[in-house]
Amino acid sequence: MRTDISRINEHTPYEELTEGLMMFAGGTSKSFKTGEWRTNTPIFHSEKCKQCLLCAPVCPDGCIPVKDSKRSDFDYDHCKGCGICVKACPFNAIEMVPGVEPVINS
Amino acid sequence: MSIKDRMSGNEAVAYAIKQIDPDVMPAFPITPSTEIPQLVSNYIANGQMNTEFIPVESEHSSMSATIGAEAAGARSLTATSSCGLALMWEELLVAASNRMPCVLALVNRTLSGPININCDHSDSMGARDTGWIQIYAENNQEAYDNMLQAFPIAEDEHVHLPVMICQDGFITSHAVQNIILNEDKDVCEFVGEYNPGEFLLNKGNPVAFGPYALSCYSMEAKKAQEKAMEDSKAVIAKVAKDYRERFGRGFTFFEEYRTSDADHIMIIMGSAAGTAKQAVDDLRNQGKKVGVLKLRVFRPFPGQEIANVLQNCKSVAIMDRTESYNGHGGPLSSEVRAALFESKTYPEVVCYTYGLAGRDFTVEDVYEIFEELENVSSNNNISIIQHRYINLRTKEDR
Repeated sequence: MRTDISRINEHTPYEELTEGLMMFAGGTSKSFKTGEWRTNTPIFHSEKCKQCLLCAPVCPDGCIPVKDSKRSDFDYDHCKGCGICVKACPFNAIEMVPGVEPVINS
Repeated sequence: MSIKDRMSGNEAVAYAIKQIDPDVMPAFPITPSTEIPQLVSNYIANGQMNTEFIPVESEHSSMSATIGAEAAGARSLTATSSCGLALMWEELLVAASNRMPCVLALVNRTLSGPININCDHSDSMGARDTGWIQIYAENNQEAYDNMLQAFPIAEDEHVHLPVMICQDGFITSHAVQNIILNEDKDVCEFVGEYNPGEFLLNKGNPVAFGPYALSCYSMEAKKAQEKAMEDSKAVIAKVAKDYRERFGRGFTFFEEYRTSDADHIMIIMGSAAGTAKQAVDDLRNQGKKVGVLKLRVFRPFPGQEIANVLQNCKSVAIMDRTESYNGHGGPLSSEVRAALFESKTYPEVVCYTYGLAGRDFTVEDVYEIFEELENVSSNNNISIIQHRYINLRTKEDR
């Protein structure tokens, strides 16, 4: 029964799925790239950022990585472009631009 | 050694639960099943059981808590009736699709409207496609015996599906009859310890139940669940055989009562089977070749097995204690006719609706039904009303 779920994909026959689609691992949403869902994209201007970190906790998808008390650029694999971080930033260090492509390519 | 006693159906099921001593029982009271959680609470208060009883605020919660406890790794069950089952609707499907081997003691009562507390099968029949195994009892003894078989079926590794143990409201649940009970130690041996394979409180072995699935997985998941229901037939048969060998009682998918040479057979479920069997005895004394097939297991549906019993008879009365509002008979009628068609067995068939919301169903009614079947099969010119109500007042009666 217990299976390495990385071996299960959309080509797996029904006989080889786990019972009731049980998942034998945590944090599997990481491997599900939802960034392509967004229609607007936040751009991080690091020169304006004071590292107040008001943005990171309000992100519903945990897409603002924080290390050693400093934020870095967005996790565009999962950011859905909701724009909540833009409203939270007191220093205009995040700018919302239309579209998804420019940022993913940069 | 077995113990002779007299009990109501509710008392019998509560006694079975005491002997099983499950880990968790969340429940909310509703007529006519209220006595089951009430009696279990008494057993717990008296120190006769170790079950964690959870008083919840609704049946939506009682089934949710049953699923949650089961997922955590606890042997869990609940009890309900009628609109309580209706309020569990969403969770019934969640329990089955997440492959939870939990148990529900159902005391059959009609669904509104008109609002009414008496027996028919509209509650469990409405839930027939939720993925639960459904087992029906004729009397308190069968309700007790079925309850003891529920967990061994549900927890079998080839099944892992929830089981609904059904008995007729008031007629079975409140009428006191003689009963033979098993010794506690024999029940413990038969039901066994619960060793869940995968469960939430299994430290070091993380598991998530009920994940969101896109359409590229959902259809396969449903087919796998359907396969488990097919496979449960063999397990139900094995558990019934084990029970029969150990305690000397019980049937597999149905009871065949004087059917082997019968020209006319009535298919019926629940307490009314006793009435039908009495009528069959009376008619047999008059030389009539009649019999009863009392269905015990409705899900999975033993279609092929039923068709085998009916292959040599001339006519069949299919008795539904619920209305499907489909214009041509109740759910049992639909299932049996489909099974007959599939097996290319074509006796004359008449579908009867009886006993809705507690309407009496008597031995005399059964005489009349068999008389009608005889007319139908001996006279090719007679026009048959395929879908008829028993004991219904109509303008023609005046």
